[in-house]
Amino acid sequence: MSSSSNAAESWISAFCSLVGHEYFAEVSEEFIEDDFNLTGLQSQVPMYKEALEMILDVEPEEDEDDEEEEEEEDDDDDAVLGDANGTGDRFTRAAMRRQMRMASDLSVIESSAELLYGLIHQRYITSRPGIQQMAEKYELCNFGLCPRVFCNGCRVLPVGCSDTPGQETVKLFCPSCLDVYTPPNSRFQSVDGAFFGTTFGCLFFMTFTELDVGARTADSAAGATNGDKPRQQGPSTTTTLPSPLQGPSTTPQPAVINGVTPSNLAPGLGPGNFYEPRIYGFRVSERAKSGPRMKWLRMRPTDVNELDECRRYYEEHEEDGLEVPVEDQNMVDMTVEQTVERRKKAPIRRRRANTANGRTASPMDTNGVVDGG
Amino acid sequence: MGEQFISSRGNEYFCEIDEEYLTDRFNLTGLNTEVQYYQYALDLVTDVFDLECDDDMREQIEKSARHLYGLVHARYIVTTRGLAKMIEKFKQGAFGKCPRVICEQQPLLPMGQHDTPNVSAVKLYCAKCEDIYNPKSSRHAAIDGAYFGTSFHNILFQVYPAMMPQRTQRRYEPRIYGFRVHAAAALMRWQDERREEMKERLRSARVETGFEIEDAGDEDIEEDEDDVEGEDGIDDMFEGQMQRV
Repeated sequence: MSSSSNAAESWISAFCSLVGHEYFAEVSEEFIEDDFNLTGLQSQVPMYKEALEMILDVEPEEDEDDEEEEEEEDDDDDAVLGDANGTGDRFTRAAMRRQMRMASDLSVIESSAELLYGLIHQRYITSRPGIQQMAEKYELCNFGLCPRVFCNGCRVLPVGCSDTPGQETVKLFCPSCLDVYTPPNSRFQSVDGAFFGTTFGCLFFMTFTELDVGARTADSAAGATNGDKPRQQGPSTTTTLPSPLQGPSTTPQPAVINGVTPSNLAPGLGPGNFYEPRIYGFRVSERAKSGPRMKWLRMRPTDVNELDECRRYYEEHEEDGLEVPVEDQNMVDMTVEQTVERRKKAPIRRRRANTANGRTASPMDTNGVVDGG
Repeated sequence: MGEQFISSRGNEYFCEIDEEYLTDRFNLTGLNTEVQYYQYALDLVTDVFDLECDDDMREQIEKSARHLYGLVHARYIVTTRGLAKMIEKFKQGAFGKCPRVICEQQPLLPMGQHDTPNVSAVKLYCAKCEDIYNPKSSRHAAIDGAYFGTSFHNILFQVYPAMMPQRTQRRYEPRIYGFRVHAAAALMRWQDERREEMKERLRSARVETGFEIEDAGDEDIEEDEDDVEGEDGIDDMFEGQMQRV
């Protein structure tokens, strides 16, 4: 089977250049040709074989290999029709079928191919080459910007809210406020969210931990994709004053919290980054019938140590003589030797602070299973 | 000019100011220092402009007139009649729908982050998530936020509390292969604690919290927790909260 990647334009690149398909990455042919990557898709896509051929730009086969395969598939039909069918008859039948396929099935195959491509795409963008390709598109701001004012034009990623096709259209995930938005342009409302999947958004930011999520990029001013003018960023301080509850933090901040650097943990949230309703300059009371109720959604602790639930738990139970079990100590990088040694000497609080110092955790460390206790 | 101004492209967010409002000098207090060629601009707005002048001058005056109209607009939309006009537009979704997925197409309201002109552009306020968003279209992003002001949308919901949408506790949870991601989930649990604190404050003040399915949800969870603790003490709190969705 020779693929026609040298031909004028492959089906894949034609598909990706269609209006509304700007979010798609071009899945490499090697990825599709590896059967392992297609496991289970056969049952989800009607006319799977034809659809796959269409994606790979393979001409429907007329040689005998194909004939034999079809023969197996058609055994039942043959049994019904009886053994009267000679080989010649079969040949004409196959030709007829091809003709019918050309006429009526082409649109069915086309939509099957789109479905199949989407499902392969969902898997591809979580693979190493795929996520890399999406990262390039992300860098170029191909997916647009977060519409939320306090996210300051943070770049977003296309995600699905369901992995099953036909349920939801594609949404945009903003790493700065950890929320999902409908794409501004209605042409994306015909793109299935399952073609991007639920996993991709988060996996992306755990893969590229060095990305500065909250940074006001030069491209965010360019506002490339959706044709927005650069946002006029007035000083946002007048509408949001830090609430009296959350003063500036005095406690030292860890370099890594729950596997993420604090500066990358929802930088668009927290004091100064949420809207506070005011009437003639006076804050609207939360006790008013139509007063604010949703501040929590955009809150973030000034002291991110509050999010270290494991440590908080053991600190609260310190007087009960509860020690941090070995398996829980692996929430931050730590070799077994260190763990044992430190456990003898240091109280819990200091031990935590030490280990959190200046390390960059890989995403795997968040599970607390790296060192295996 | 009012009608013409409203119907021109990009001015869809504005409503038409009543003639009487515009001609009442009291409503224009202080604007003469804000607007160049104030008198001519006002004449133009009220359709009594009859000055013979060159095109440059005419353009200047028209620009001033637009500015004047915007500033009067900010005052007009907080009056009873202005609010009534804006709520009609709000009901029609003339200001767009909230882009946040969980808000389910909640209609938006235009607002400004500042009451002084030329500081920031118009933003859109969603009453369901209580957050502000940039308008989709660039022609709206060029409108001055001060033409709507910082108070209008809040006053509107004070005057028409029935227009307030039900708030929801549902939210997007980042997941990888079905598993919640620890960093985000920990933050969300922390936020949920803040929400519960707020609800407790409201309850002790005997104020409705305004969340949908809230009461039923809470009871369910309490029961769940009891059950679980009774069985084998599994810490299933978070699951319960999730299922409330």
